[in-house]
Amino acid sequence: MKFGIVVFPGTWSEKDTHHAVNGVLGQDAEYIWHGDEVLGQYDAIIIPGGFSYGDYLRSGAIARFSPVMEAVQHFADKGGPVLGICNGFQVLCESGLLPGVLMRNDHLEFRCIWTDLKVENASTMFTSKATASETLHIPISHGEGNYQADEATVDRLEGNGQIVLRYSDSSGNVSPDINPNGSINNIAGIVNERGNVMGMMPHPEKASEKLIGGDDGNVIFSSMIESFAASLA
Amino acid sequence: MPVSQETLDEIALSRDEYEAIVDRLGREPEPLELGLFGALWSEHCGYKHTKALLRTLPSSSERLLVAPGAENAGVIDLGDGLSVCFKIESHNHPSAVEPFEGAATGVGGIIRDIFAMGARPIALLNSLRFGQPDNARTRYLLNGVIGGISSYGNCIGIPNVGGEIFFSDTYKGNPLVNAMCIGLIENGKMASASAKEPGDLLLLVGADTGRDGIHGASGLASRAFEEQAEMRSAVQVGNPFLEKVLIEACLEALELPGVVGLQDCGAAGITSAAIEMAERSGMGLKLLIDEVPRREEGMTPYEVMLSESQERMLLAVTPGQEGPVFDLFKKWDLDATIIGNFELGENVRIYDEGVEITSTPVITLTDAPEYKFTGVKPEWLTKLQNADLSANPIPSESPADMLLKMLASPNIASRFPIYRQYDYHVQTNTVVEPGGDAAVLRLKGSKRGIAVSTDCNGRICYLDPEIGTAIAVAEACRNLSVTGATPVALTDGLNFGNPETADVQFQLTESIAGMSRAAKAFEIPIVSGNASMYNQSQGIDIFPTPIIGSLGLLEDVEKHSTAGFKSDGDVIILLGTDSTWDDIDGLAGSEYLDYIHGKVEGQPKLDIALEIRTQAACREAITDELIASAHDVSDGGVAVAIAESAVIGEIGASINSAPGERWDASMFGETQSRIIVSVKPENLAAVKAITAANNVPSIVIGYVGGDTLSFGDSISLPLADVDDAWKNGFSRATSD
Repeated sequence: MKFGIVVFPGTWSEKDTHHAVNGVLGQDAEYIWHGDEVLGQYDAIIIPGGFSYGDYLRSGAIARFSPVMEAVQHFADKGGPVLGICNGFQVLCESGLLPGVLMRNDHLEFRCIWTDLKVENASTMFTSKATASETLHIPISHGEGNYQADEATVDRLEGNGQIVLRYSDSSGNVSPDINPNGSINNIAGIVNERGNVMGMMPHPEKASEKLIGGDDGNVIFSSMIESFAASLA
Repeated sequence: MPVSQETLDEIALSRDEYEAIVDRLGREPEPLELGLFGALWSEHCGYKHTKALLRTLPSSSERLLVAPGAENAGVIDLGDGLSVCFKIESHNHPSAVEPFEGAATGVGGIIRDIFAMGARPIALLNSLRFGQPDNARTRYLLNGVIGGISSYGNCIGIPNVGGEIFFSDTYKGNPLVNAMCIGLIENGKMASASAKEPGDLLLLVGADTGRDGIHGASGLASRAFEEQAEMRSAVQVGNPFLEKVLIEACLEALELPGVVGLQDCGAAGITSAAIEMAERSGMGLKLLIDEVPRREEGMTPYEVMLSESQERMLLAVTPGQEGPVFDLFKKWDLDATIIGNFELGENVRIYDEGVEITSTPVITLTDAPEYKFTGVKPEWLTKLQNADLSANPIPSESPADMLLKMLASPNIASRFPIYRQYDYHVQTNTVVEPGGDAAVLRLKGSKRGIAVSTDCNGRICYLDPEIGTAIAVAEACRNLSVTGATPVALTDGLNFGNPETADVQFQLTESIAGMSRAAKAFEIPIVSGNASMYNQSQGIDIFPTPIIGSLGLLEDVEKHSTAGFKSDGDVIILLGTDSTWDDIDGLAGSEYLDYIHGKVEGQPKLDIALEIRTQAACREAITDELIASAHDVSDGGVAVAIAESAVIGEIGASINSAPGERWDASMFGETQSRIIVSVKPENLAAVKAITAANNVPSIVIGYVGGDTLSFGDSISLPLADVDDAWKNGFSRATSD
């Protein structure tokens, strides 16, 4: 399987993501420069974390206008899998590929901590290797991860099973006091209606090996690999 | 016409120094030249009061690939084709004036120092000092500094893995903000901060030059600054995004054949960067000052030369090969401009619109005067050292309550509320996260790893600068050894008061002597350093604070240890002593004596041979995989160290004996060279054999387990209470 990893100026998670999918999981991976208007042949696109263009205006607000995002939109329209991690999630929301916005954390501070994530929907192409209600131990690292959307959108997401990951305790209990950023309904990750575009604030690539604290993040990448293999079969 | 005192004050040169310049040039300096001298002869750039002392530090090692002084920092070989360089830099006065930008640009500056060597920055640490956090001003400084470090570091994708924070009124008006950066160099691909041949082009890359930071080096950094509190314009403003792009572009540029040299623009901007490059190259330099891209109209050559605008780098490029270099920077949307060239000769010649406006010998500019002095021990210090520690009354609180109070003190409580604001995971190498004694990083593509730490107890250095600094070295190394890493190199960040006074001269002399003695005993080099002088609060010099940054090597990163107790039934051993509890002498300079009794007194002690043996025994036991946990005994003594291991490990502990009559000294004394380890019962004999073979005293003091922390029959605390005190102490101490 061949992953394309989008690099904006200011992206810093591209090498970590490359290491996880290529170095740890043995898949092909290539970087895609933000100025590229045409994508090469990729089986999945990852928009990794960082501060695209510095994010001085609003996270992801400039990145959405980059030439590469038009190509990513086209790729997603054709059903190609797109995963946005942290800043990548923000870029996907800004681009309209996912609903809602990511606001500043409610406590106004940056947060770098390990979180536990309850898998709410284990049937997506990003979570098929998990079991429903399983928790994944994956860290966050953001100042703007407070997911918000209007009531109708949230209801639709809830009703459609589009909320994939929620901040929980290690037993899967979801409560306001475990919420690290103020996200509505403890939302940590969502998919689009079609199920091929996912955004998540936690960093699966930072949880890719036991030596660095855990490898639950591989569940996300392995699910994408499994889903791709199934599409070939 | 003789120069006015006002002019000299502005650039912080003394009348004698001015006379020396006239003497060396054989004429009066031009105003622009005088500005260059002011910057290059500043304490910050010229190390006038420390140069002679710093030469006495050990700087050789089999692992040294580039000697300190030859480049911006020494380079240490780690094996497997990997090498590292690291350095600390202070940004104290800018942070006192404008804490957010001061701290942010401090981080930015040290990162540029490191990638200028061709190294990819892989970790940041910061060592901070503030006044007591009980007032609004200190909290403003604290929150600003942490916000600045968080904002710059998180944006740039370098993990912030450790450091220290310490509160004492000595730093009230003059906080210390020292940032350390570690860079990794692969396959010896290091960069040089020099040109190769006469004719090599000088390129300026990155930000446009503005009026920010003019006189930063000579003004803010090089004199007592309290009367200069309005010098906000001398503080630079940082742009971490631009720096992130600069890192990637410059490391890529070093792969191009035409790029022969790379240098960062730091203190004193283009002046210091370009002229030091010329000196290192043994060449002259022609600078076309009007070519420097500017942020604003009407800047004079003087302002352009002395601007400390951030995120700028200089490159030396072989003429004719600049095309691909320009293409590369264009790809990254960065401006690159030829602003001059190196040439045969001895002078730096500055041109403005085709006219030579100055021509000055490079060596005259860079050869700042050197002040030598010998320290005389002041009488007040002898009195403090000879204080009768037993005259301090035993507190009326219970020992259990006192332990909770100590755990919640601003200097001991968990730093999680701070470091959770820093990204310590990015680059995915962090094996041991902040919160323990040292951070451990793996090196991708190798079995090896490194451990990094900073340490300095200013209180102890105040009471005995020689022994105190030796203790800083010992502790910085002990922090590494408890993870299993062997110390291989040190860096120093000297933070002192006014070096023109007898007391500070004594502190400097003694401190460097202690650092030198300890580093030689550990057989490790000091590979880089930084000196910040004139740190004073309300006219009183700060405690001497020679911050030691340490770097250790793990041959197999899997075989490391952490601070928290692990399993029920594990045996707790204290290494480095044969008694569980400390004695009254251990209270010298202790956190307890300061926090509870408001006193800084006593004679600190260090048996360096015992220290080295104890650390070696600890490392051996960790490498042999006999150790479940290891934690350094430092601030707050053995009772606090045991409590920390319990809380971090989320499991209780029972200590066999109760502290003696003088329970405060027993529990909170800070005698050096002690390490708390826990081991599985079946490994006890093997650990004992290692301590015996290394001639290290040790004592079994209790065992791990349960949900209480108890000391003999007399003290028993629910672990939840201990946890609450330690984890929430910092937030409570820094809010109303």
